[in-house]
Amino acid sequence: MHPVDDSASGVAGSPGAGSPSHTRGNPGAGSSSDTGGAPKGEDKPRRRPSRGPRTPMPERTPAERRMTFAEVGLGYSPEQALAEAQRCLQCKDPTCSQGCPVNIDIRGFIGAIIEGDLAAGISMLKARNALPAVCGRVCPQEEQCEALCVLAKKRDPVAIGRLERFLGDVDLACELDNRCVPEVAPASGFRCAVVGSGPAGLACAGELAQLGHAVTILESLHEPGGVLTYGIPEFRLPKSIVAAEIEMLTTIGVDIQTDTVVGRLVTVPELLGQEGFHAVFIGSGAGLPVFLGIPGENLNGVYSANEFLTRVNLMRAYEFPRSDTPVWRGRKVAVVGGGNVAMDSARTALRLGAEEVFLVYRRTEDEMPARREEVHHAREEGVEFKMLCSPLEIIGRDGWVTGITASRMELTDPDSSGRRAPVCLVGSDFTIDCDTVISAVGTRANPLLKLAAPGLGLSRHGYIATDDDGATNLPGVFAGGDIVTGSATVILAMGAGKKAARAMDRWLCGPASG
Amino acid sequence: MFPIVHKRQLSDSVFEMGVEAPKVAAKAHAGQFLMVRTGEYGERIPLTFSDWSAEEGWIRFVFMRVGKTTHELAHLEVGEALQDIVGPLGVPTHVGDIGRVVVVGGGVGAAVAYPVARAYAAAGSEVTVILGARTADLLVLEEELRALPLRDLVVVTDDGSAGQMGMVTHPLKQLCAGGEVDHVFAVGPAIMMKFAAATTREFGVPTTVSLNPIMVDGTGMCGACRVTVAGETRFGCVDGPDFDGHAVDFEELMSRQRVYVDDERAADARYSRECRCTP
Repeated sequence: MHPVDDSASGVAGSPGAGSPSHTRGNPGAGSSSDTGGAPKGEDKPRRRPSRGPRTPMPERTPAERRMTFAEVGLGYSPEQALAEAQRCLQCKDPTCSQGCPVNIDIRGFIGAIIEGDLAAGISMLKARNALPAVCGRVCPQEEQCEALCVLAKKRDPVAIGRLERFLGDVDLACELDNRCVPEVAPASGFRCAVVGSGPAGLACAGELAQLGHAVTILESLHEPGGVLTYGIPEFRLPKSIVAAEIEMLTTIGVDIQTDTVVGRLVTVPELLGQEGFHAVFIGSGAGLPVFLGIPGENLNGVYSANEFLTRVNLMRAYEFPRSDTPVWRGRKVAVVGGGNVAMDSARTALRLGAEEVFLVYRRTEDEMPARREEVHHAREEGVEFKMLCSPLEIIGRDGWVTGITASRMELTDPDSSGRRAPVCLVGSDFTIDCDTVISAVGTRANPLLKLAAPGLGLSRHGYIATDDDGATNLPGVFAGGDIVTGSATVILAMGAGKKAARAMDRWLCGPASG
Repeated sequence: MFPIVHKRQLSDSVFEMGVEAPKVAAKAHAGQFLMVRTGEYGERIPLTFSDWSAEEGWIRFVFMRVGKTTHELAHLEVGEALQDIVGPLGVPTHVGDIGRVVVVGGGVGAAVAYPVARAYAAAGSEVTVILGARTADLLVLEEELRALPLRDLVVVTDDGSAGQMGMVTHPLKQLCAGGEVDHVFAVGPAIMMKFAAATTREFGVPTTVSLNPIMVDGTGMCGACRVTVAGETRFGCVDGPDFDGHAVDFEELMSRQRVYVDDERAADARYSRECRCTP
């Protein structure tokens, strides 16, 4: 890994700080490019892609990380971004974009970096994605665009996510007035309500606003952002980035009402009735945490990942007592689960001062749904992986957790679908000593949903049933994100929000205009 | 921001506060609660409605000055504002014409007992209220309760400084023993609700308790408020706050309420030191 780059100490400010951003500047200018930089002439001669290795992104050292909530990855410098962009083959028929749930013109924006036209690159990104600085950080690019990069067949793919982050950060480093503002169509006269300001709601609201509709987001918490704000920790996604991207939405006219619990303060029929909205999008997320369903789950010291992360991220318990919300800081913390939320919880516990953090998962690292990068970071920081372990009971004394009794597991041979099921090894029970247990085994639909929209068609698991475009069984009511699919990723929720926005637009204006 | 439009000191440490929140007031029902946050670094605390007016657009709640946030609230005056008010939250208390109802309010729980008793009476029930406190000074909303069309209001204090001396369970037991009670609603400190439920269990009188677990978001997102009811984990915020008092695991509730006692003390002490204006 590269050492920490001096110029990259901040978060949003780093990559663009010294470089011209929305002028037609060249990010590589000044550094005699050693990567075979593209000629900057007017009549583009044929360009030869760099055959160099994938450019690493500077990051804080694991030892430093354990002491701070500051962001782990520091972002590319302009030189690094150019070097990485130069690796792109600029395929005639690019496959990478097919892997993107929001269909970003990836070849286009990388081409713009190569040519030094960052402003053009930013506009291309923003034409498809309202939150590039967020997605550049948290999208699982390795399974999406980067997995389909032609280079991935023989070498490392182009670091598309890091380049997206680079451009997103360059944009955010500008004063608001100088930032790239997406084009907004003339006012349609229609009003849309968006329930929830997480990734699905923000993407939907951004798209609707660009299509010329008046948009109001209704958010139940006191701050917008949904999981970007309460769930994903500062060290992975700084809150200033989230706030800045949301600020851009308000710049294009999106109104955000916090402290508004749809289902209690107002219902969907009321939104479409006396509140005067013409269409509603529900992107409320699958927020209700699932517990382990084993004895001892209500002992003190047992948290849902949602509670633990909400206390720390949204309520800033890591700043207690400056902030008023406390969090129990365990010395030995066991996190149960294998997804990104489990990794976030484990790494947060370390930063709160835990001496030991165990990750307890019933399958093996290969089956973990978490991103490889998060698993790698967690391990580097000292999280101890206890694989093939399934908790049977949480044990305690005087009401507080003292440990987990777990069973060792083994995986069966793959069944017809290729899936290997974990089964208990009889008589293998053992105890993990710990004073905190964090359950990160998923979420389900919130019961407030049924109050929000009586008669709304639900799926078997209590999520909202929609067609491919996000339309529900109720006229004018659309939905997308985790409340339709169950727990998934930020970008899938954003893709669903955008898709639904276009369907809402067609529903409002008729197919001719859509 | 939510402007404070009313403030009244009910006792040495208990205050009633009214806030302009027309949308919330329009949807409020007896037994529901709201989350209150005082500032940018403030915590979200659940407080139950004590009163509201849909016509005039305000809501009221009662709080006891016990920790940092409630100290801060006590320092706010009419004309200032609260950062956040979220509500109405929780399932409204199920009231209906269910015959003879006894509403038990202990301590600050009187602030919940008041609108619940009013709602029962409005629905046609014959309502007796037992109002209890440690001492006379801590009895709150007695006048408001007296103004309701009640069958009776029984006041008890631990030290006998007002009404009967003793616990709320004494008159409750007498009423149940008389066979004149169809339903009991109890709200107050967890220990009081536990003993109220134990009292009515002997007589097989259905008993609703309004629980007060620790909450963070109050909307079902975090599970901090989980309680065991009839052996199952339920969420106080979205499944409650009302539950069958005979099925609640009160020991667990009381244990979970104490998780942050040390932190709360530290925060309060720090606040008092820095503020130096606490009486």
